[in-house]
Amino acid sequence: MKGFVLSFRSEFYKSRKTMGFWGAILLPLLISLLAFAIFFTKSEKFTAMQPMGLWVQFSMIGLGMMGTLLLPMYTIFIAYSVNNVEHKADTWKTIFSLPISRWSVYGAKFVYAVFLVFLCLALFALFTIGFGNLLSTLKPELKFNEYHMEVQLMQIYFKLFLSSLGILSIQFLLSLLWADFLKPMGLGFVATIVGVTAASKNWEYSYLFPYAHPMVAITTMIKQGDKARGPVRELQIDMFTKDVYVSLAIAVVVFIAGYFIVRKKSVK
Amino acid sequence: MVIQTQGLSFSFGNQQVVKSLSLQVPAGSIYGFLGPNGAGKTTTIKMLLNLLQTGEGSIHIFGQELQTNRISILSQIGSLIEQPAIYHHLTGKENLMNRALLLQVGEKRVDEMLNLVQLTGAANKKAGQYSLGMKQRLGIALALLNDPKLLILDEPTNGLDPNGIIEIRELLMKLVGTGKTVFISSHLLAEIEKMATHVGIINNGELMFQGTIHDLQNISQPLINIETDNTVDAANLLKRHNFTVTDINNDHLYVPFTSKQQVGEINTLLVQNNVTVYSISKQHKDLEKLFLDITKSN
Repeated sequence: MKGFVLSFRSEFYKSRKTMGFWGAILLPLLISLLAFAIFFTKSEKFTAMQPMGLWVQFSMIGLGMMGTLLLPMYTIFIAYSVNNVEHKADTWKTIFSLPISRWSVYGAKFVYAVFLVFLCLALFALFTIGFGNLLSTLKPELKFNEYHMEVQLMQIYFKLFLSSLGILSIQFLLSLLWADFLKPMGLGFVATIVGVTAASKNWEYSYLFPYAHPMVAITTMIKQGDKARGPVRELQIDMFTKDVYVSLAIAVVVFIAGYFIVRKKSVK
Repeated sequence: MVIQTQGLSFSFGNQQVVKSLSLQVPAGSIYGFLGPNGAGKTTTIKMLLNLLQTGEGSIHIFGQELQTNRISILSQIGSLIEQPAIYHHLTGKENLMNRALLLQVGEKRVDEMLNLVQLTGAANKKAGQYSLGMKQRLGIALALLNDPKLLILDEPTNGLDPNGIIEIRELLMKLVGTGKTVFISSHLLAEIEKMATHVGIINNGELMFQGTIHDLQNISQPLINIETDNTVDAANLLKRHNFTVTDINNDHLYVPFTSKQQVGEINTLLVQNNVTVYSISKQHKDLEKLFLDITKSN
C-alpha cells in the first residue's frame, strides 16, 4: 500500500507541469466560462425562461459537449498522457526496477488516470454550479436563484465519470503497450465515432459498447416518471443504468487483464 | 558473491540471446561486463533487474534468489540502463526529487548527489536542455540516490567525450573505495581495463572468459615485435625457416614468443640474410587485441 501511495504521489509530481494535468482543470474552466459568457452577454434571451429550464439549458452546454465527443476524446488523451510521460523519457525500465511491487506501480498509474478524469468532471459540476450562482448575482433578471439542481448536476457528472471508465481502461492499456501517439489515438477516435453514431441512432445494443457509454449516459439520465402526471417538476437522475454497469465491468476486467499483459511483456 | 547466476538463458522468440550464463561477481569489485554490440549484455542486465523473466537458470543477488526476494534486492541496487531515463520536462533536481520521493530519501541526499556529479549549478535547468554528458551524470546520480550496495551500469560512457569518460571512471573508482560493488557493461575494453578488477567477456550470448583482470593479462601470449627495412621479405624468410608470423604491417612483424634463445636466432637469421633489423623486442599483446580475438574466435 505504501508503494502505491508513493507511486501515486510521484505520478502527480511528474505530471503537474504537463498538459495532461492542466487539461483536467482548463477544460471545465474554459467550457464553463463559455457558457457563462453566452448567458451573460445574451441574458435578454433567457429572461423569459423558467428557472428549471434555465438551469438545464445552462448546464447542457457543458454536459452536451462532454456527453458527445469531448469526454471520450478527453479520456483517450488522459490515458495517453499518463503513459506517454514514461515512453518519452524511456523510464519504464526505471519505474519497474524500483523496490516497489509491480502492482503498485501499475495500479497507481491507472488510478491516477482515473483521478484526472474524476477531477475534470468534478470541476465541471463545480464550475457549472459556481457560474450559475454568479450569473444569478450579476444578472438578477435571470432566475437562477429560484431553482437548485446541485445534487442532480453532481449525480449526472458522477454518472458520466462512471461511464468513461470502460474507455479509460481500454485506452490506458493501448497507450501503455504502444509508445506512439497515432495508434491508440486513432483507434480511440474511430471507436468514439462509432460509439456516438450508435448511441445517437438509439441502437439497442449500444450500451454494450464502451465508447458509446458517455452519450448513452446522458440520454438515459432522466428517470422516466409517470407521464400522466403532467410536466416534470423535479429532475430525478437515473444513475445506475445498465450501460454504467457494463462500463464498470469492462474497467475492472481490462485493468486486471492489463496487469498480466504488462507482466508478461518484457520491459523495454 | 554479490551476483551469482547459474545456467542463465533467455530467448526472444526462437532466437536465443543469452546462453547458459554463469556470472560470479565478487563483493567490492568493479566487474567489467564486456562484449560487442548485440552480444546479450543489456538482456543479461535486464534479467538481473528482473525486468525480463528468466527463461532458464537462476539468479542470486546478495545471496538471495531474485524472483522471491525482488523488492528487498532491488532496494539495494542502483541502475542505469542504456540511455539515462530522465523526464525532460522536469529540471535535474526535480528528476532526483521524484526518485527520492519513490525511494523515501530526503532532499539533503538529493543535493549531495547533485554535488557529487557536479550538477549543482545546473540543478534548476530543464533536463531536456542538458548535454549528453550531463544527462549521463544525472543518470548516475539517480542510480546512486538510495546509496546502493550494488551499482549496475549499462554502457554508462556511451556517447561521452574523453573528458566525460575520465570523470565517470574517477567517480566509479571513488565509489568502490567506499565498499560498493560496480557491475559495468561496455563494448570497449580500453574503457574498462583502467578500472575493472574483474572481467567477464560475452559473445553471442555465451560467456567466453571470466576472471580477474590479471588472469586476462596472463592468457595473453607474448609476441616478438620486429622492426625491419623490409617486413615482407623478412616475413617470407622467417616462414621458410618454420617460424609462425602472426601479423605483419609496413614497419613491423610479429612472431609468437617462446624463449630468449629464439629471439637471438631470429635476429641472426635476419641479419645473415641481409635484412636490416631496426629493433627487436618482446611485448604482451594488448588487451584490446585479446578481447577482439576472444570475441572473434566464436
